[in-house]
Amino acid sequence: MAVVFEKSRSLTDEILTYCPGCTHGIIHRLVAEAIDDLGAQSSTIGVAPVGCAVFAYNFFAVDMMQAAHGRAPAVATGIKRALPDRIVFTYQGDGDLASIGMAEIMHAAARGEKITTIFVNNAIYGMTGGQMAPTTLVGQVTTTSPYGRKEELCGKPIRMSEIIAQMDGTAYAARVSVHDPRHVMEAKKAIRRAFEAQRGGEGFAMVEVLSTCPTNWGMTPIEALKWVATDMIPYYPLGVYKDSSKGAA
Amino acid sequence: MAKLLMKGNEAIAEAAIRAGCRCFFGYPITPQNQIPEYMSKRMPQVGGTFLQAESEVSAINMVYGASGAGARVMTSSSGPGVSLKQEGISYLAGAQLPCVIVNIMRGGPGLGSIQPSQGDYYQATRGGGHGDYRLPVLAPSSVGEAVELTRKAFDLADKYRTPVIVLGDGMIGQMMEPVELPDDGESAREPESKPWAARGWDGSSPRAIINSLYIDPSVLEQHNLALQRKFAEIEKAETSFASERVEDADLVIAAYGTMARIARSAIRMARAEGLKVGMIRPVTLWPFPSEPFAQAARTAKAFLTVEMSAGQMVDDVRLAVAGRKPVHFYGRTGGMVPTVRDVLSRIKEAV
Repeated sequence: MAVVFEKSRSLTDEILTYCPGCTHGIIHRLVAEAIDDLGAQSSTIGVAPVGCAVFAYNFFAVDMMQAAHGRAPAVATGIKRALPDRIVFTYQGDGDLASIGMAEIMHAAARGEKITTIFVNNAIYGMTGGQMAPTTLVGQVTTTSPYGRKEELCGKPIRMSEIIAQMDGTAYAARVSVHDPRHVMEAKKAIRRAFEAQRGGEGFAMVEVLSTCPTNWGMTPIEALKWVATDMIPYYPLGVYKDSSKGAA
Repeated sequence: MAKLLMKGNEAIAEAAIRAGCRCFFGYPITPQNQIPEYMSKRMPQVGGTFLQAESEVSAINMVYGASGAGARVMTSSSGPGVSLKQEGISYLAGAQLPCVIVNIMRGGPGLGSIQPSQGDYYQATRGGGHGDYRLPVLAPSSVGEAVELTRKAFDLADKYRTPVIVLGDGMIGQMMEPVELPDDGESAREPESKPWAARGWDGSSPRAIINSLYIDPSVLEQHNLALQRKFAEIEKAETSFASERVEDADLVIAAYGTMARIARSAIRMARAEGLKVGMIRPVTLWPFPSEPFAQAARTAKAFLTVEMSAGQMVDDVRLAVAGRKPVHFYGRTGGMVPTVRDVLSRIKEAV
């Protein structure tokens, strides 16, 4: 009998600690598939963030480091500079990357650090119980914006892919979503390209993945997937914002 | 071995390279700038990595990454910068990652001044960041000793899988003295193998996970107990001090770093006047050499701690002396350095 479907080698057998309906699991799978496709499992070192993905070191079947909140790009830089021939990736949420870790991500991109960042944007702090994130939409209710995010108090949410694409050191920047199968397939391509950019020594690569948080959004998993399409994507347009292999520069 | 005239900061940097350090991540701050400057010149010559980080916070986390990947790695800074590094230092201690952190102390608190100080003693010897941990703290009192202790710092770091602090004051960093550097042949030894390092998993051994998170309280307690056992082992094996003319001393001075040299001159003058004064100079500030102080408390009549601070090490001296004899204190702060004459007059008051 032909095997038509297999678990990614770069994932462990650990049970994921994510909530039902959360799309972190899909994103983990796509990252693991990209590592498998590159044949890079034994040469990859991943960096887990602080946030819902803090236990990512239990789920990826590669050597892993857990980093302080927001510091994953700095930790990844240390690894990559010590071991330049390895594949190094960070897996970070929106609070980690776009709030407390803004300096680290910007300078990793500015240096053209040859690492790959998977940026999971679910517009909320999940692990700590649903507080407002730098990517929380205007009007969105969270536990620290109980009246809805107000632009006059907090400004507008930060669009990281557009910012990172502006940096000369960035080889690849894309925003994708995993709310339906078609978009999952596009996300897979983008993530794979972001790892290829690193292997080719092209520069910094980041894929922003729009993700769901049914628990803290107060929605069912299906409602949450719909909300990505109806509310998030209009503010966070999908697409490839920079690809150095396309010769745009 | 030829003697070279070197500035303390540069000597520390060269000693690190000769100890096998091949990764340096730092950020400019006075009075330690010659360390990153020297590293930026030397690292490319030896095939190493120098990177000026965007912040002290990033620098220490780059250290975390490089150390976790098995590299011999160092960073350096001064007071305000070391404060910024404390989160990362706590993670390094929790994840048991070896590295060397140099603090060339300046006056504080806050932005303070750029003049020499010993005001970071508490921060260095009590761990400095959050959680229960200690770090070996080595305090050179000459440029030559800074070379020796920098080398020793890397060995201790690897031996115990811990960050190690080299704590110098601004004078140690800035002054020039003749030094003997170990030649490359002697020091180009490979750091011991690090099977725990995250360098890529080939499936033949358990995966490397560099981590300080233990969400189950009972597991975290076990981790803490293991750390405490390690700290006890370090206390037992690595305590270091120098004692000078303590045997017949009525008054024993406690001083470290540059302050010990000033005290030594004052002791010489006091002895010339017939006063029986000696000195215990801690070389490791943690582990603190309590035993020689406890011993001296049997014979000496009093102790005098002199520091370029408002009185920090004096607490450890008092803990060691345990109320058996009076422990006096004299210190200057803000970058003001006590003179030999100042110390001599305090000696006369104390005997």
